Amino acid sequence: MDWISPRRLNRLGMLNMNRRNVDYIARYNDRSSYPLVDNKLKTKLVVAEYGVRTPKLLQVVRQQHEISHFREMAEDLGGFAIKPAKGSGGKGITVITGRDGDEYIKASGARVDSGYLQRHLTNILAGLYSLAGTPDVAIVESLVQSDPALAQYSYQGVPDIRIVVFQGYPVMAMLRLATKASDGKANLHQGAVGVGLDIGSGRSLNAVQFNRPVTLHPDTGHALENIAIDAWQEMLEMASRCFEATGLGYMGVDLVVDAHQGPMLLELNARPGLAIQMANGRGLLPRLRSIEALKRPHFTPQERARFAMEQFAAL
Amino acid sequence: MTSRSRLPFYIAVFLLIAAGIALAIWRHMELGIPWLTGEQRPVWMVEARVDFDARDDSVLASLNVPENPPGFRVLSEQAASPGYGFSVIEKSGSRRAEWSKRHASGPQTLYFKAQFIPDATAEPARPARPPKARKVFWEEPQATAVREILAQATERSSTPESMTRELIRLMQPDTRTQNTTLLVAEENYLKLLEDMLNHAGIPARTADGLQLEDARRRQQLTQFLQIYNGERWLTFNPRTAEQGVPDDLLLWRQGAGSLLDVIGADNSEVGFSILRQTIPALQLATMQFEANGLGFLSFYELPIEEQSMFRMLLLLPLGALVVAFMRMVIGIRTSGTFMPVLIAVAFVQTTLVPGLIAFLAVVSIGLLMRGYLSSLNLLLVSRISALIILVIFITAGMSIIGYQMGFNTGMTVTFFPMVIIAWTIERMSILWEEEGGREVLVQGAGSLFVAICAYLLMSSQLAGHLTFNFPELHLVVLGLILLMGQYTGYKLSELKRFTPMKVYD
Repeated sequence: MDWISPRRLNRLGMLNMNRRNVDYIARYNDRSSYPLVDNKLKTKLVVAEYGVRTPKLLQVVRQQHEISHFREMAEDLGGFAIKPAKGSGGKGITVITGRDGDEYIKASGARVDSGYLQRHLTNILAGLYSLAGTPDVAIVESLVQSDPALAQYSYQGVPDIRIVVFQGYPVMAMLRLATKASDGKANLHQGAVGVGLDIGSGRSLNAVQFNRPVTLHPDTGHALENIAIDAWQEMLEMASRCFEATGLGYMGVDLVVDAHQGPMLLELNARPGLAIQMANGRGLLPRLRSIEALKRPHFTPQERARFAMEQFAAL
Repeated sequence: MTSRSRLPFYIAVFLLIAAGIALAIWRHMELGIPWLTGEQRPVWMVEARVDFDARDDSVLASLNVPENPPGFRVLSEQAASPGYGFSVIEKSGSRRAEWSKRHASGPQTLYFKAQFIPDATAEPARPARPPKARKVFWEEPQATAVREILAQATERSSTPESMTRELIRLMQPDTRTQNTTLLVAEENYLKLLEDMLNHAGIPARTADGLQLEDARRRQQLTQFLQIYNGERWLTFNPRTAEQGVPDDLLLWRQGAGSLLDVIGADNSEVGFSILRQTIPALQLATMQFEANGLGFLSFYELPIEEQSMFRMLLLLPLGALVVAFMRMVIGIRTSGTFMPVLIAVAFVQTTLVPGLIAFLAVVSIGLLMRGYLSSLNLLLVSRISALIILVIFITAGMSIIGYQMGFNTGMTVTFFPMVIIAWTIERMSILWEEEGGREVLVQGAGSLFVAICAYLLMSSQLAGHLTFNFPELHLVVLGLILLMGQYTGYKLSELKRFTPMKVYD
């Protein structure tokens, strides 16, 4: 067994679960704002007012009887994603990339029939994936056409960029690449690869999968060293703007880069995970503390993004 | 900001913990509730046996019984006397056990048993009205002798106590003068002493004491002298003038009444048997606070059924503590936050190994059935409901089959909370579909590990004893859980998880 001493972790400034919950989430996240992020439908509506793009909403399935119409609606669609509005941790998200006769093709390449999707919708409505098991609605979104420059790194699925935003300042970022193990989902605990991104430049730092460092994508075999994200500052500003939209002091902003429409918001997370630190090889605490120590915070997303790019690359 | 906003919190937690511990210590000292389960306390069992020959007529036997003997507490009293009516009567400052029968003939035996707990703090109740010295009339020449002896004793003393001591000393054979020889005859010695003290204006009376020695039979009482010093009755050994009641002396009779009166019979006599017993300190404590009215402070006043329910309920905080510790400090993943506690509660009733086998069997059979349910495309609520019914079928089946095969342990499966098991199966099944079998094993094993830890803590005798008899200790548990809620340090599991960060240090 290999262990790291708490003192070394402290020196690295690693934020841990308990401290995140007590000192950041409980202190900076107002409970009344949670529904905004826990419900993807509400998130879409609220961030739209702040000029943050999201994938196009195709349909909302609210009632059990609407599920039977889903098939007719889905006839015309090529690819789409079914998401539980109140899902967490990527649970219950099914991505359909195309059709083959009566069958739908999932991002993993598996073929499923419409019965499978209807069952899935039923589960979503009953609240199987929702946070407290409460009844939920299913949203159907258009599929993001991933920027080919990034898409090549990912095994199916859309690579997304997780940015941790503290008090409106983007503090740390990583690129999440789906793998075979993660079933086309960009969730780290399901086996996606996390690539740390330099907050100053948007260039890749290190990569981890299952909490272990990797240098190559396990499925695509691409080297993960020299990835650079275009329009980096724009993405940071976009992430920063979500603070104004939701008022959440500590959150994770998940962005994707669409080939045609550029960066868009996929979802917000009021309890962002800690693995981002391992992907970056840096702890969050020094950055969080330097923001807490700010006497005069910056008021505009542009200023905050610029501040982060200047200050945090070195921390 | 951190230190300022949390100081009141820490003070509150400290007060909570201190209050819990202080209350427990107070109850331990005041009510004698023992800290440990096995503690034993000595108790003297004294049996008075009254024998007499009835004269073919109605019988009334009246025996003086102890009331607030100094140095002892009466724990229980009972009489065994077939065919006799029995009651304990308080009459003119003394307690008497009275047996009565309309018609009795021949030798009769009556028993009176009482248990006494040594208690150095026990003192006799103060007399409501201070007793007055009895007027004694002496005839000459005794009057002169008495006067002279008393004058001599008064001369050498200052208080009623020293007066008594002096008087006893003067009356001893080796110091006897003419005056005393005139007065004293062996059989009237104590009576004389009592009369003389009363004559001198000191209220005096006799008392009967029983020497407590283990496993003695047919013991007789020895006589003692008591004087009233203005505040309380003091006991003197009439031969040695030694003051006070020795630890092993039980004053069976104090005050004026006679020891035994029997009407309608001859040859009455009373003898005492003594036995030293030990009884659990806890039983003693509960018996005592039933007696002194402090019972409302404990659960022992509740009906037995509620008591056993509370026994269980009061263990739950310990389980919650274990779960909190395991999740927040160790970092073990469990399926469902408090599912392990409920499983542990079930284990407490089933015992570990049969419970574990039953639980695993129910969950795995349930998982198989859930596999079929998932293909039915049901709504969540009806799927869970169906699962609950299936779980009940499984447990019923296991109980019946187990019973037929001769395993009574099969029955214990019914202690598991069905709804919780159904939800566990549902979650495990979803987890299996989404995260794979490995995560199911990790969380399942984590849950069981925490459940077993909680079980080991909750099933320990000491834990059951402390939680039930010192419910205030839950304040300590509460304080610890609150403190843990403020623990922002690394979990043990994170030290493992973040190990790859070593390279960046």
